[in-house]
Amino acid sequence: MADVNRGNRPLSPHLQVYRLPVAAVASILTRITGHALVAGIVLLVWWLVAAVSGPRAFAAADWVVRSWIGFVVLTGSAWALWFHTLSGIRHLFYDAGVGLMVDEARNASWAIIIGSVVLTLISLILFFFV
Amino acid sequence: MRYITPRKAAQGLGSAHSGTQDHWFLTVTSCALVLLTPAFLLVIGRAIGLPHLDLVAYFGRPYPALITALFIVVGMMHFIKGTRIMIDDYFQHTARKVAIIVSVVFSWAVIAAAVFALARMTLATVAI
Repeated sequence: MADVNRGNRPLSPHLQVYRLPVAAVASILTRITGHALVAGIVLLVWWLVAAVSGPRAFAAADWVVRSWIGFVVLTGSAWALWFHTLSGIRHLFYDAGVGLMVDEARNASWAIIIGSVVLTLISLILFFFV
Repeated sequence: MRYITPRKAAQGLGSAHSGTQDHWFLTVTSCALVLLTPAFLLVIGRAIGLPHLDLVAYFGRPYPALITALFIVVGMMHFIKGTRIMIDDYFQHTARKVAIIVSVVFSWAVIAAAVFALARMTLATVAI
């Protein structure tokens, strides 16, 4: 018993110092984006209801939608929507038993993260320049 | 004494003891949303920035109105089931029940508001 090493063994992963695998980050982001999307939907539904409520109500909602607040919320929502969509497609493949190996899951996670940013940029370009 | 094996008794039920309907519902709505999402982004992208009357006329047209209505109805029903999974993970007992009720009531309120607004805009442009 006296020779047992009690102080120099590796500890179990501790959340503050444990670097999450990218698949875990993508999984957590899927849940966060899914719930955060409610902000964009509420903003747009408020805007739609304001459009049938009268000119003053619409002016207020339209100002918010077209202000920098609206830009931040809607651009964030567009990214969240693309991320959640791509990740949802990946889950459909998971359900079919495809892409469950560690390296496949890691590569797909990077594809989802990069793809969501690219699709958001394309969306913004289409919105502002087309 | 029921003469069935434990496996038979558990088959298809899962940890929620009510089958896998929630998962299947999320699967079905997610397939619909894969198609609706790009269509909705194009519709809403063309709508933002329109003057008031043009916006009402725009959502009075079938394609923008139907895509927006379908996206919000299917999306919020997907949201109800999605939040349910999150609620089941993090809340227990009364807090869980309250959270589920709030999620369902809120989601249907959003659906009702959106459908009302779209119906109003459609009816406003019917008498051309």
